[in-house]
Amino acid sequence: MSEQQHASAKHHITGFVLSLLLTFAALFLALNTPLSVGLKLTVIIVLAVFQMLVQLVYFMHVTEGSKIYQIISFSYGIFVAVCVVAGSIWLMLLNGMSMY
Amino acid sequence: MASSSVPKGTPNFPEYQTEEGRLKIFGFWVFLAAEVVLFSTLFATYLVLADRTAGGPTGKELFEVKDFMIETMLLLTSSFTCGLAVLEMRKGNKKGVFIWMIATLAMGLGFLGMEISEFVAYVHEGATLQTSAFLSGFFVLVGTHGAHVTLGVVWISLVLTQVAKRGLTPMTCRKLFIGGLYWHFLDVVWIFIFTAVYLTGLI
Amino acid sequence: MGLFNFKMPEHFIIMNNPLIIGAWISIILVSVGIVFFVTKYKKWGYLWREWFTTVDHKKIGVMYILAALLMLFRGGFDAILMRTQLALPDLKVLDAQHYNEIFTTHGTVMILFMAMPFIIGLMNVAVPLQIGARDVAFPVLNAASFWLFFVGAMIFNISFVVGGSPDAGWTNYVPLAGSDLTPGVGINYYLWGLQIAGIGTLATGVNFFVTILKMRAPGMTLLRMPMFTWSTLITSIIIIFAFPVLTVTLAMLTFDRLFGAHFFTIDAGGMPMMWANLFWIWGHPEVYIVILPAFGIFSDVISTFARKRLFGYNAMVISMVAISGLSFIVWVHHFFTMGNGPWINSVFSITTMAIAIPTGVKVFNWLFTMYKGRIETPAPMLWSLAFIPNFLIGGVTGVMLASAPADYQYHNSYFLVSHFHYVLIGGTVFGCLAGMYYWWPKIFDFKINERISKWAFWLFVVGFNLCFVPMYLVGLQGMPRRVYTYGEHMGWTTWNFVETIGAYLMGVGFMLIVWAIIYSILHEKRDRSGDPWNGRTLEWAISSPPPHYNFSRMPSRVTSADPFWDAKKRGETMFDENEPLKPIHMPNNDGMPIVLSGFMFIAGFGFVFEWLLIGFIGLLGVIGSMIWRSFKDYDADHYVQVDEIERDQAELKAALEGRS
Repeated sequence: MSEQQHASAKHHITGFVLSLLLTFAALFLALNTPLSVGLKLTVIIVLAVFQMLVQLVYFMHVTEGSKIYQIISFSYGIFVAVCVVAGSIWLMLLNGMSMY
Repeated sequence: MASSSVPKGTPNFPEYQTEEGRLKIFGFWVFLAAEVVLFSTLFATYLVLADRTAGGPTGKELFEVKDFMIETMLLLTSSFTCGLAVLEMRKGNKKGVFIWMIATLAMGLGFLGMEISEFVAYVHEGATLQTSAFLSGFFVLVGTHGAHVTLGVVWISLVLTQVAKRGLTPMTCRKLFIGGLYWHFLDVVWIFIFTAVYLTGLI
Repeated sequence: MGLFNFKMPEHFIIMNNPLIIGAWISIILVSVGIVFFVTKYKKWGYLWREWFTTVDHKKIGVMYILAALLMLFRGGFDAILMRTQLALPDLKVLDAQHYNEIFTTHGTVMILFMAMPFIIGLMNVAVPLQIGARDVAFPVLNAASFWLFFVGAMIFNISFVVGGSPDAGWTNYVPLAGSDLTPGVGINYYLWGLQIAGIGTLATGVNFFVTILKMRAPGMTLLRMPMFTWSTLITSIIIIFAFPVLTVTLAMLTFDRLFGAHFFTIDAGGMPMMWANLFWIWGHPEVYIVILPAFGIFSDVISTFARKRLFGYNAMVISMVAISGLSFIVWVHHFFTMGNGPWINSVFSITTMAIAIPTGVKVFNWLFTMYKGRIETPAPMLWSLAFIPNFLIGGVTGVMLASAPADYQYHNSYFLVSHFHYVLIGGTVFGCLAGMYYWWPKIFDFKINERISKWAFWLFVVGFNLCFVPMYLVGLQGMPRRVYTYGEHMGWTTWNFVETIGAYLMGVGFMLIVWAIIYSILHEKRDRSGDPWNGRTLEWAISSPPPHYNFSRMPSRVTSADPFWDAKKRGETMFDENEPLKPIHMPNNDGMPIVLSGFMFIAGFGFVFEWLLIGFIGLLGVIGSMIWRSFKDYDADHYVQVDEIERDQAELKAALEGRS
């Protein structure tokens, strides 16, 4: 048991280090690189998604308890979130609706 | 309702020991999934309105890298300490729970202080909720997150008073664990605010 | 906009119209009457202990259904007024403003305060019994859901006598609903009524999702759940992911109206189209929230009264899962005409039409279930049989509307009005009524009188078609929705008159439905044996009404999707009678939900009138109630002892022997 707990403390430190790395990587990419705007946006969004996975797995213990149901619920939430955000942007910004 | 038999595959942790605990933890996950959609609606609105500054200040003019990075660090670190508190809780170490949770709350309060002074500064620069669609979107999105953090601080403090009184029972452990889930989730939301509001605003 | 600003609106008490004065008189008479009789017969304690603080899902379900019937009356009365005004050209029953208010409240009440609570009431009544649970996962939260819904409905409903009704349509489109064009409290009532009820609904979604996934009886795998339970599960998912969008959208318009934000305004960069976009991201899933449970009810009812296993069980489940996913990617079809590009309209046309596929699969499954069945036609089955052709008409016209170019012709005409009434009445209302007749002898120990119910059925269904078939026709002739009158020369007079006759027939049908209930309470034969329809699923294996803990022993022989039917064929019961009775762990009654909702009422009322201090005091009360509850959470349950269970069983046995 104590070995398992020791491992989870390490687990948490890994998660923390990863989240710091991802945050500073996003900051550096956004402000200090000559990449195109589109590419920067894509990369920082991907980094944010990884950051979310780090939180879910390392800190929130999504894989414990009602594991499958928890993952399915959260994924469905993300599916709807993507529909809402991408759909709104597509409709309102990319399709000339912004004149209204 | 609560049955004494624990189903196979249940983690051997206090918060999962009762039927009620298992139901509530799962129910809270479902609630968090709903919160994902709640925040996504705010994000969608903010992103659609982000360029509509109506002659008022823009994100580039307002956002200070140093300020939002400190806010980000405070929340990220508090998420880490909150995780450690849950670890101590599972070890049955009440003192450890208090140390790490109080650290978490202190950083949460620090974050809130930073955010409030950020908002006050914006208002002094003439950037209010009423100035433009961009700022309405900004204040309501970031403000909703801030209100959640405030609620989290109050909530976890109240749970800690219950722990102080009753010790680490399956019930108080369940409450602590759920409070922890909420706190980590707010960190996730902040990451997206950091990315979609602050970084994107500066690109 | 200060904290201590208590500006009165221009008209606080509305008295400008004989209809509203009549409403005032009846409201006062009914309230005084209720208070008088409850006090006279000393029933306050009983009401508080048995109903106001109950956490029993069956009682909560009954309260939902009663509230829904009340709201059906209110919304129906609005409809009758509208049809009276439109019966003939140039009538002056209602003026334009009053007509606007009435179609707004009709739509909002019917969708959110009639269909939703009716559906949720039936879920409460039936789902825990169908899966063999002793309550829902979070009983206190369930009570809070009900009381929040009730407070939301009451806030919305007092608008027409205090302060003025909302008048921007149930879709509440901006900029019309913004504070520039519609100042005053009406729209605030809409925002806060929906907001409060919506929070309750979201909690219901979480509650039933967890209940169904985690609290099923031993042996009941997901693919052995009754179809109504399946539909509740899918509906819960849609609620969980659609209602947060409504919450945020309403909050943003509230910020616009109360605090001068610019989300949906015309100036300062606001975007009125964003309201329509967000409203329908919630609004389209919402219509599936009210139709899917009806599908579940029809599935259970049809298989019961055709005496056959449901045809294509797996196909039914897959169809519903598909509908839940599709429901989130079709919303644009509500505003094809608002200037989207061809790409967007094409994509959303296709997704919309795709929904017809799983729905069609379901229709065929119902038909094949009945094929070669021994069909009986008591009231629940009658409504189910009427549903199929009527819903089909609504569905087919829906596919016509889904075609974006054609929609430019149909949009905002009576064709559309008829379409959504065919799906909502032909689907949801018929489904709710079928469910009510079907489970009534489970919640109580008697059926609703068959003879009166059949009269009600025929009057309602004939009236319904008389009312809405002509709407398709006048719609195609160009009659727009939401007009308060029309000229003789338009040529719409005859059909409009027929529609009004139909509407009155529906009104008579509704009154007969209510009469049948009252008559049955007084005269119908009592039967506690619990299986009046020769049912197939778990809820029929226990007595009617069930004891408050539902199952004295857990059902132990669930081997199929029709466990009770199969057990009866094997000559067994659902329970292992040799298993010793054990004490049952149950939640205590709880006063928090109603207290919290009372504070929510204060908050809502304060914010409606933009009296911020009162609003914030109410919100503090809400938070305080939750904190109070959290601290007394440690003593919130009890055990039902074995001797009490045995006493219940002996009493039931005596009642059953007395009958035979």
